[in-house]
Amino acid sequence: MKLLTCLKQIPDRDTRYEINAAGTGIKTSDLTFEISECDEYSLEESLKLREEHGGEVAILTLGPQRAEKSIRKGLAMGADRAILVRDDEGKVTTPHAVAKVLAEVLKEEEYDLILTGTQSDDWSYAQTGVLLAELLGLPHATIVMEIRADPAQKKVKALREMESGWFQWVELPMPAVLTIQAGISQIRYASLKGIMQAKKKEIRNVELSDLNVDLSSIPEIEVLKVYFPVVEKKAEILQGSTAEVVEQLVEKLKKEAKVL
Amino acid sequence: MSEKIYVLIDHGEGEIRTPSLESLALGQRMAEEAGFSLHALILGNEIGPLAERLGKQKVDSVLLVEDQKLANYDPDVYCRALSEILTEDQPYLFLMGHIYQNIDLAPKLAAAINRGLVTDCIGYRKEGDDFVFVRQMFRNKLNADVQFRSEHPWIVTLQTGATSVDDLKEGSGQVVERSLDLSAVELRRKQLEAFEATQGKVDLSQAELIVAVGRGIKKAENLKIIEELAEALGAEIAASRPVVDSEWLTRDRQIGSSGQTVSPRLYLACGISGAIQHIVGMKNAQCIVAINTDPNAPIFNIATYGIVGDLFEIVPALTKKLKE
Ligand SMILES: Cc1cc2nc3c(=O)[nH]c(=O)nc-3n(C[C@H](O)[C@H](O)[C@H](O)COP(=O)(O)OP(=O)(O)OC[C@H]3O[C@@H](n4cnc5c(N)ncnc54)[C@H](O)[C@@H]3O)c2cc1C
Ligand SMILES: Nc1ncnc2c1ncn2[C@@H]1O[C@H](COP(=O)(O)O)[C@@H](O)[C@H]1O
Repeated sequence: MKLLTCLKQIPDRDTRYEINAAGTGIKTSDLTFEISECDEYSLEESLKLREEHGGEVAILTLGPQRAEKSIRKGLAMGADRAILVRDDEGKVTTPHAVAKVLAEVLKEEEYDLILTGTQSDDWSYAQTGVLLAELLGLPHATIVMEIRADPAQKKVKALREMESGWFQWVELPMPAVLTIQAGISQIRYASLKGIMQAKKKEIRNVELSDLNVDLSSIPEIEVLKVYFPVVEKKAEILQGSTAEVVEQLVEKLKKEAKVL
Repeated sequence: MSEKIYVLIDHGEGEIRTPSLESLALGQRMAEEAGFSLHALILGNEIGPLAERLGKQKVDSVLLVEDQKLANYDPDVYCRALSEILTEDQPYLFLMGHIYQNIDLAPKLAAAINRGLVTDCIGYRKEGDDFVFVRQMFRNKLNADVQFRSEHPWIVTLQTGATSVDDLKEGSGQVVERSLDLSAVELRRKQLEAFEATQGKVDLSQAELIVAVGRGIKKAENLKIIEELAEALGAEIAASRPVVDSEWLTRDRQIGSSGQTVSPRLYLACGISGAIQHIVGMKNAQCIVAINTDPNAPIFNIATYGIVGDLFEIVPALTKKLKE
């Protein structure tokens, strides 16, 4: 089976974000980066499918050069090769544009399944995978919690998570796009051997300008401003040493909130 | 002729779904402010009574599309139906709830008709003649104001709970039936069985006191301090999704949109950031306490009391104090 996993690099989970000078994004200069959570799960799932059915796992990323570090991690986990579409200036901003670029690269690729995350942890659009499916003319299923592939029949069953504890199995002809939900399986650690091998694996760099995509035809959406939410009802923050805050808290829970 | 706002009405088991009514309430407000007309759009099979009910809301019309193929949601059929209607009618704005079904559908529609889509909005502002939409990014830590620079219809999905159905205004709108020829649409996705995850052993809905733990606990071995606190309080233990995804606790202890909904007297959130999918499951707790190292964590926006600090210090100290 040929598996293709879209992998996005995002700022570290515990980052304290600061707004950039233009007020339209965050400062990225001093940040560390990691793989978006769902994408790590989707890579894990690709590796499992390869273990079961044989074949190949390729990683596809659109991002700046620093994304290579996250790609290396994916290769160390066990992916076979990777493609990095270089967008060092951050020109591609909307999910529609991202999907268009990814779709263009995929024209040259062979695959049975494309896996993306359900939602990225930075922009959190929850769009890219489905846009990609439609641009490629492929069927899709979203928020997937289990996959059973049947390469011989060119069919795949996917378990979709639905609201309030419901699940549904659907069946799609392959090739297809699945958007993967966190928790689909347990993510492996890269072994030392994997890390060594990853150094030798190929990361093919593709320049955005070398691709034949016309982003001007993509619906444009402008981010005017990014800011910390202003909230009306804010918690009463308890101040003092650990002993003091704990004492205040117990007092307040008993006397003020009367919940203890 | 004035511009039109369309709202997609989702339904299940003969009921209109609440997020759609929230979208309708928002649509009413926007239409009123802008002087636009408002139209509810409902797709399905044998759903006349639902359309009648919608007609009792303040809408200019209810567009009813019935077809056997629309009886159950399928992305190919729904996308085709909506593409045809939007392309023909050219509304200014197409509003829908940010529910699982529309997460599956909206981007496909946006790609099919090559129109802009802004997902998971929590509100809007009117700036001159234009609408600016507000959405959350970075795990709810930041908001973004965004503006469409593309042709209409603009497609927007609305976060659950962003508006209140209490704001919904009654009125009378005519039901207009619309027929579409969907016979040629091929259904590529086969729907197999659906099931409700077997209700776990733990039912937290009746719990009076809950100690909830998030990714801030870092690893399973550290859960001991949470267990000790829960024991000192006589509380149940619950968790955010990543804790369950990592298999540190069982799925039946997960709180949120894909877990349980609780309303205890006390909800003590340790190392939980407060993502919307978590908050929807616990916001009705009488008293919420948040312990988090990040003063900007969104959980502090809904908590009653907050402690900005390291849970590995605070939690054991609290346990000790409670045992005194
Ligand atoms: C379709 C869908 C459904 C979902 N359903 C659910 C659901 O039902 N329930 C749910 O919970 N989530 C759900 N999620 C996931 C949700 O979006 C968030 O990712 C999740 O709630 C985050 O969990 P968290 O707060 O534990 O982790 P994080 O967001 O990583 O937050 C960890 C927090 O711990 C703090 N911290 C770190 N170290 C310490 C320390 N030493 N002391 C104190 N604080 C510390 C950090 O500052 C941070 O705020 C869903 C997502 C999707 C896309
Ligand atoms: N720049 C990118 N490169 C590769 N994959 C991406 C990129 N942006 C988004 N994706 C994929 O699309 C998923 C959903 O992203 P989003 O639509 O931003 O929520 C992510 O989890 C990735 O799998």
